[in-house]
Amino acid sequence: MKVHEYQAKALLARFGVAVPRGEVTDSPAEAREIARRLGGSAVIKAQIHAGGRGKGGGVKLAKDPEEAHDLAKRILGMTLVTPQTGPGGRVVHKILVEEALDIARELYLGVTLDRSRGLPVVMASRSGGMEIEEVAAKDPTAIVREAIDPSTGMFPYQARTVAFALGLTGDSFKKGVAFLQALFRAYMETDASLAEINPLLVTKTGDVLALDAKMNFDDNALFRHPDIREMRDLSEEDPLEVEASRFGLNYIKLDGNVGCMVNGAGLAMGTMDLVKIAGGEPANFLDVGGGANEEQVKNAFRIILSDRNVKAVLINIFGGIMRCDIIANGVVAAVREMGLSIPVVVRLEGTNVDQGKAILRESNLKITPADGLTDAATKVVAAASAASATNPSRPAWEI
Amino acid sequence: MSVWVGKSTRLLVQGLTGREGTFHALACRDYGTQVVAGVTPGKGGSTHEGIPVFDTVADAVKATGADASMIFVPPPFAADAIVEAADAGVAVIACITEGIPINDMLRARAALDRLSGVGRGVRLIGPNCPGIITPGECKIGIMPGRIHKPGTVGVISRSGTLTYEAVDQLTRLGLGQSTVIGIGGDPVNGTSFIDCLKAFKDDAGTEAVVLIGEIGGMAEEEAACWVAGNFRKPVVSFIAGQTAPPGRRMGHAGAIIAGGKGTAGEKMKALEAAGIGVVRSPADIGRKVKEMLGR
Repeated sequence: MKVHEYQAKALLARFGVAVPRGEVTDSPAEAREIARRLGGSAVIKAQIHAGGRGKGGGVKLAKDPEEAHDLAKRILGMTLVTPQTGPGGRVVHKILVEEALDIARELYLGVTLDRSRGLPVVMASRSGGMEIEEVAAKDPTAIVREAIDPSTGMFPYQARTVAFALGLTGDSFKKGVAFLQALFRAYMETDASLAEINPLLVTKTGDVLALDAKMNFDDNALFRHPDIREMRDLSEEDPLEVEASRFGLNYIKLDGNVGCMVNGAGLAMGTMDLVKIAGGEPANFLDVGGGANEEQVKNAFRIILSDRNVKAVLINIFGGIMRCDIIANGVVAAVREMGLSIPVVVRLEGTNVDQGKAILRESNLKITPADGLTDAATKVVAAASAASATNPSRPAWEI
Repeated sequence: MSVWVGKSTRLLVQGLTGREGTFHALACRDYGTQVVAGVTPGKGGSTHEGIPVFDTVADAVKATGADASMIFVPPPFAADAIVEAADAGVAVIACITEGIPINDMLRARAALDRLSGVGRGVRLIGPNCPGIITPGECKIGIMPGRIHKPGTVGVISRSGTLTYEAVDQLTRLGLGQSTVIGIGGDPVNGTSFIDCLKAFKDDAGTEAVVLIGEIGGMAEEEAACWVAGNFRKPVVSFIAGQTAPPGRRMGHAGAIIAGGKGTAGEKMKALEAAGIGVVRSPADIGRKVKEMLGR
């Protein structure tokens, strides 16, 4: 799960990570008041989940409270397009009004999981403000990595190693060490999967603060962090994906026109690959899970059809634990209820496959059976391109 | 011949009395696995479906000589269940549970490493996996037993249903399996591809290996590197997620292209460079094994 910058900073501050003074708001009038409280000048920062906000005009410096008001008015409600939002951009609903600080140096700090080593790792570089991937591509030696044993936490010498590598000295060095230890504790104790401070700011007076902060959290650990779960902003997520998650379905919207319904994440990805190999483009990833019931199959169908780009649907089920007859009943019920207008290709294999096929056959619905993976992919791609040629736009199923 | 589990394996089930635990424990027993004990804290001394239940894994091991465990404990408690089994000396632990917090797994792995350091190492399979099966001998997990057939192809996979797909293709082509191991779809797990490859290398009953990977992490690249220097039996591989967009988690917690790393393309390139027979389509796995075995 992702959170906004202002939420990440509030969480980090709880652990003693130094952050600039600031407040979040959705009103220009309040932005003026906040700027006044901060001493006049302030930075107005659009709060959307995607990065690269500065490049899209979502971060502006106001020299006085009046300008803070005007900039807030301009930024709130704007559709911010950044390199990470895609061409559609994101609407800005909230802004963070923060004290303006003088900048001596901008550094990079990040904590994440090193999968190969199976340990959390602190990454640091002197190139603040640059994407860490960019730094890694240009000069991998510019990144310092310090793996931490989660059962002991970050030892002071490890924090010192990183602080020295960043070239911190004197008072800034001490503050940097404290910052690092607090950041790592915050990462572990909130079950974060990423805590990224980019840039980490060193001011002219030697203070060390998180000028920006990005935190992602392990979805599987949210049950023990109800406060963080509350921070989820559904307006930042695809509405179809939110709808799918309500039914325990794993759905990710893509750009193609072949809808896919599959059991199991690996097979779902494999099915998308099959569609591509057959010359088509998948419209989505959808894993109905290992124990889906009729109701879930119905909802999965409805969600796939809500995407108006979908011209044909491929249902690919390998029934191991899941029974093919249950899937077949769900498909038939869904098609009856929704009066299906586009081609559906079904490939069933595994437990009770004969009953499943019989249910589809006897339904007298326009469902195309397929034998094997390649046959299924070929048939559905052919159906989708035929449908695109004759009927380029299709009304979406309302959700 | 087979790897890690066979006819003599004595299985205990942690979380036996739950709905899933009961269903799959009975399916394993029906397949022929010796299911000797269940563990549910607070239900020790009772019997469930004819299987004796114990309060702790240590009690179960002492009373029954169990040497393998299958875990169906809910995610918040599953890492604890893994360490309990390891501490009790259970040699093979298959954790089926999906959704264990990463930090819990990091702590469990650290605990397992400490045990290993004092000569009490165990083999953890998973979590978030279908389990392990030696066809005709022993099934530990949720895979459908009937699609398997005893034989000489080893299978290793990060995915569940995709493994069934591969096994089904092999069986239909008359190619049985020595042992099929699901290593799981989580970013932090126990047994790695390389651990499995080492075991298959030493297993005289394994002639070829199928390796099914997916986007995310570097496990496939690491396996490719190891195969190039150490493994002479034919290997066939499929990587799921060739069309997956970057930055999106594709169902499995570990299936994500992050920072431009972990793409299917990179993995396929690394595997091919190691002499592995990489197939583009999951429909071609069985055929490719047959071809590489010259049958």
